[in-house]
Amino acid sequence: MLDARANRTLKWLAFAGGALVFLTMFAIAYKVIEGATMAFDKYGLSFMTHMSWNASAGTFHASSFIYGSVVTSVVSVVISAVLGVSIGLFLALMAPRRVAAVIGPLVEMLAAIPSVVLGLIGIYLICPFIASTIEPALHTTLGFLPIFGAPQSVGNSLFAASLVLVIMVVPIIAALTRDLFLTVPRELRDGAEALGSTRWEVIRGVVLPTTSSGVIAACVLGFGRAIGEAIAVSQVAGDQPLAHLNLFLGGNTLASALALQLPNPVSNLHTSALFYCAAILFAFGLITNLIAQRISRSFNRSHVRRVRPAKPNASSAISASPQ
Amino acid sequence: MSAIPQLSAGSGPDPAYALVASGNLRRRQAKSRAFEVVTLAAAGIAVLMLLILVYYAASRGLSQLSFSFLFGTLPLLNGSVGPLPGGIGPALAGTVELSLIGTIVALPVGVLTAIYVSEFSGPRGRRVVETYLNLMAGLPTIIAGVFIALLIANNLGQSAIAGGLALAIVEVPLIARASLESISRVPGTLREAADALGVARWRTVLGVILPTASNSIVTATILAVARAAGETAPLLFTCTLFSQNYAFNPLHSVASVPLELFSLMESGDPQAVDKAWGAAFLLMVTILIVNILARVWLRRSERKRGL
Repeated sequence: MLDARANRTLKWLAFAGGALVFLTMFAIAYKVIEGATMAFDKYGLSFMTHMSWNASAGTFHASSFIYGSVVTSVVSVVISAVLGVSIGLFLALMAPRRVAAVIGPLVEMLAAIPSVVLGLIGIYLICPFIASTIEPALHTTLGFLPIFGAPQSVGNSLFAASLVLVIMVVPIIAALTRDLFLTVPRELRDGAEALGSTRWEVIRGVVLPTTSSGVIAACVLGFGRAIGEAIAVSQVAGDQPLAHLNLFLGGNTLASALALQLPNPVSNLHTSALFYCAAILFAFGLITNLIAQRISRSFNRSHVRRVRPAKPNASSAISASPQ
Repeated sequence: MSAIPQLSAGSGPDPAYALVASGNLRRRQAKSRAFEVVTLAAAGIAVLMLLILVYYAASRGLSQLSFSFLFGTLPLLNGSVGPLPGGIGPALAGTVELSLIGTIVALPVGVLTAIYVSEFSGPRGRRVVETYLNLMAGLPTIIAGVFIALLIANNLGQSAIAGGLALAIVEVPLIARASLESISRVPGTLREAADALGVARWRTVLGVILPTASNSIVTATILAVARAAGETAPLLFTCTLFSQNYAFNPLHSVASVPLELFSLMESGDPQAVDKAWGAAFLLMVTILIVNILARVWLRRSERKRGL
């Protein structure tokens, strides 16, 4: 009798915990959209297609922020994918186990650095460095590409924001892909090596093809992490409501605009427009996360379960979201 | 497999011939080695980045650390001339308080969610809750701040409770997912043994499963606290109206290290920036050390239990 009641209590408590997670996500969506209604009624969808953000004049169109968010995230994910997948391969397949046991956690430590500290380091170390060195170098060598236009004297730019984001995204992609590469069955790799493949050929011919969808899911998760970062980006992006093709000019992102402007809005419409930005950001985060989960779920179904059904941890390797 | 080139068919009758790389094979090996160097370089770049970040923060922040910096009240940022007095004492105390509030909320919710998924929900419920946990983990942290601001702070005013709740939103998915993973790694034999002895479900959960998984749950909680303690965005709209002095009332705003650091560096005043470096170094090094210790402790305890 007592056991039955205790069982039921525990079950309901546990259910309440699960339901709270469920409800919180709905409550967030509801509250943010509710906050955005004023701006939505006034601007509709043109909020996302026009570009003029002037708080004192009272006009709010956020396409420059959306542009900045997407561009910084794409650039940082492209760089981080190259770096992160290489690190994942190194840790999973190249390095001796003892070396990997030291370097792996060190790489993950990058993700533990608070974003506000990265913002400070971004202002005083990264921005001056790229303004004096990287941007001129890229402009002289690859200046025929419009994205590498003439640099400014100050380093605060979308490019600087992308580089700061790389520091946050690399550890995510590296950790996720390392776990992924470890799920590739040893027999497949040994088989390829027995056929005379070099290490690179094993990776190119066996490891990457069997894990490609998981790698993409990891990159999508990295994108979601990059697009949501507010504090560090707000310090280095330049804080201008403009969208330039030239990465070396200042811009702003949705999250960074929220961080900079929501603490002291000038009007109710301004506040509501910022909530509209938050709603767009929320939608971006949801969509990228759902895409990543869908990719990794189909990956787990088609690959891991069929190839090695005995390892329960393999499926959790990629379901982990950015930390 | 088509991507793998065929071995050159030029091996003659000489048995030693194939042992010496030549021609095509040498080229393939060179390519492979070049690739190995690239991956090594990538790992080197990441470690170097970490070292540079820590070194740079140390070189600018280490000299700031002093008794008055650690315990003094917050500096007033109104363009004062001369040396800027004050420290980050209230911010340190406030960060502890906020983390505590966040964890008091997030730990039960996270662990209960994990218990629900592993013990009570069917596979369908499990899929739904896992999906939502992943969504919550991927939520931009500034959205957590915006949500709590809209839900609480805009009606009842900013407070440490509001800030702590925003941090709890960040912590819950971290704790829940790690708890779930460690609970599902509890050997099925333990559960079956408890069932065979006729132990009630709630006793199995509280007396067998949770104690077995507790090390991982504690580690995950510590890591979640370390993460939350460094978060600025959730507090930006929920817990900013704090005074210069020590304050602990959870119904009012309390200072926090990330926010104090944020306002110090936003002020642009060189002396304030120096103090910001001190706070940044302290925050970063504390979080990194807690991370390392938690991981080492977890690995050691897992090895001891043979997991």
